Amino acid sequence: MSDLTDLYQEVILDHNRQPRNFGELVGADHKARGHNPLCGDQLNVYVTLAGGGVIEDVRFDGSGCAISKASASLMTEAVKGKTLADAETLFKSFHELLTGDPSVHAAASTELGKLAVFEGVREFPVRVKCATLAWHTLHAALSGDTERVSTES
Amino acid sequence: MTIDTIPKTDAKKAPAAFDVERIRKDFPALSLSVYGKPLAYLDNAATSQKPESVIEAEANWYRESCANVHRGVHALSVRATAAYEGARRKLQGFVNAADAREIVFVKGTTDAVNLVASTFAKSRLDPGDEVLITGLEHHSNIVPWQLVCEERGAKLRVARLNDDGEVDMEEFERLLSSRTKMVAVSHISNSLGTINPVERMIELAHARDVPVMIDGAQAAPHKRIDVQALGCEFYAISSHKMFGPTGVGALYGRLDLLASMRPYQGGGEMIRTVSFESTEYAEPPARFEAGTPNIAGAVGFGAAVDYLLAIGLDKIEAYEEGLLAYATEKLSAVPGVRLIGTARHKAAVLSFVIDDVHAHDVGTILDQEGVAIRTGHHCAQPVMDRYGVPATSRASLAFYNTREEVDRLIAGLAKIREVFGV
Ligand SMILES: Cc1ncc(COP(=O)(O)O)c(C=O)c1O
Repeated sequence: MSDLTDLYQEVILDHNRQPRNFGELVGADHKARGHNPLCGDQLNVYVTLAGGGVIEDVRFDGSGCAISKASASLMTEAVKGKTLADAETLFKSFHELLTGDPSVHAAASTELGKLAVFEGVREFPVRVKCATLAWHTLHAALSGDTERVSTES
Repeated sequence: MTIDTIPKTDAKKAPAAFDVERIRKDFPALSLSVYGKPLAYLDNAATSQKPESVIEAEANWYRESCANVHRGVHALSVRATAAYEGARRKLQGFVNAADAREIVFVKGTTDAVNLVASTFAKSRLDPGDEVLITGLEHHSNIVPWQLVCEERGAKLRVARLNDDGEVDMEEFERLLSSRTKMVAVSHISNSLGTINPVERMIELAHARDVPVMIDGAQAAPHKRIDVQALGCEFYAISSHKMFGPTGVGALYGRLDLLASMRPYQGGGEMIRTVSFESTEYAEPPARFEAGTPNIAGAVGFGAAVDYLLAIGLDKIEAYEEGLLAYATEKLSAVPGVRLIGTARHKAAVLSFVIDDVHAHDVGTILDQEGVAIRTGHHCAQPVMDRYGVPATSRASLAFYNTREEVDRLIAGLAKIREVFGV
């Protein structure tokens, strides 16, 4: 049986209460708006890129459940200073952690660092979209696809 | 056409007093466990659980009467037709329509609203005309009207809600004008529980010769419906919210109006004669039932109506009122909880928000405790916007729910505070 404390890890609760990099990034050169119609979560992700495709700064705002807010917060910490390619790879590993074959993702969790706290989400399939919303939105912002992102598309 | 009279209640089956424990035994799903805990099913506004009699009626139809309707000469087809038309007469009795031909079997309330919007309303709307709805409507009583308004160059007007979730009746009256060609309102709101003063709304609309459609999806499982007393032109209900099968519903329409309306969809069953040059349409209700209908669903729907009438809607309403009062008191006493929807006349729907905890997290934690509620916008985004919340948690009760289940909801909320430390 899945346990609530696996889902609501202390780190997640902390980032929910005090999200990092929260608030609009003025002068962002990339941004996108994400929406999860199932629960009404809405968030904006803002990015400024430095030369060489490095994520110089990234912030988010909006409203959402604990999982989506904490995921956005931890994501901003994880990708800041990374190249676009590295951020994409991280997204893939993160996605794998939530939805993939558990025997495969064991290796991936080292590279995920703090993001591994979301492992418990895989036991709550309806919440996977909450955890990935920020990432999908970041992806949209970086691929210049500034249309609204929806988890239902 | 002869009209069979249907007994309002079956005296033999009706329990003497309201015996909720005995009623619960009729519903197999109510003895399920989830995560090792007994299920407390408090999501009845989304859909309801089904009594054994409904499940059996549908299964038995497949076992013993399965054939197409209105087509065959053989014994089973005759039996199937009798069962299907029998269900129609049960629905007639349930809403107290004057004539069984006023009952059209549809997929559900959504389908019924689309039917009326795209046939009846479409032919009456001219550019500049208006359709009036209210601020508490379900998306299914908004979007079909938007579509037809857009197509006809007409305008959708919306009567606002006050802070308690009641329609502002002064505004409702003010918005009724010579341009208004249709009024469409919910009898009961699925997101707020508000019981609309539909009698008054119909009276006001009729004073200006405006026809009225009532979305009764949330009313039919809780209240006695009498379309003749109401005098509305159309009334829509969904079987699945009334302890019947999914995929079927009923549209009541006044016979003279149905007879004047163009078909909704073309196909088999809805015609009298067809040639490649022209087609003569069947009389209602067949005109609006193109193709093979959901026969088994209709039969199960009939069984659900029998079940509700055997208990008695007046008893159901009284019991639920008590349960609502209990739940409202308990929920209001939980620190940090704010009820959304505090109308004076309310059905047993409790929408609420908790300080600093998103509805989605509330839903997950309660689920782990075996308590099933719904979280989100409840297909009523304008209602969420009106109260400035992205989503609510909603417990919606039925006559088979108990005070113990309400207590488990309250205990689950304490658990949330524990997890979130709020
Ligand atoms: C008030 C109201 N109207 C309409 C509907 C739509 O009913 P259905 O999905 O059965 O077509 C619902 C169901 O959620 C409802 O609550």
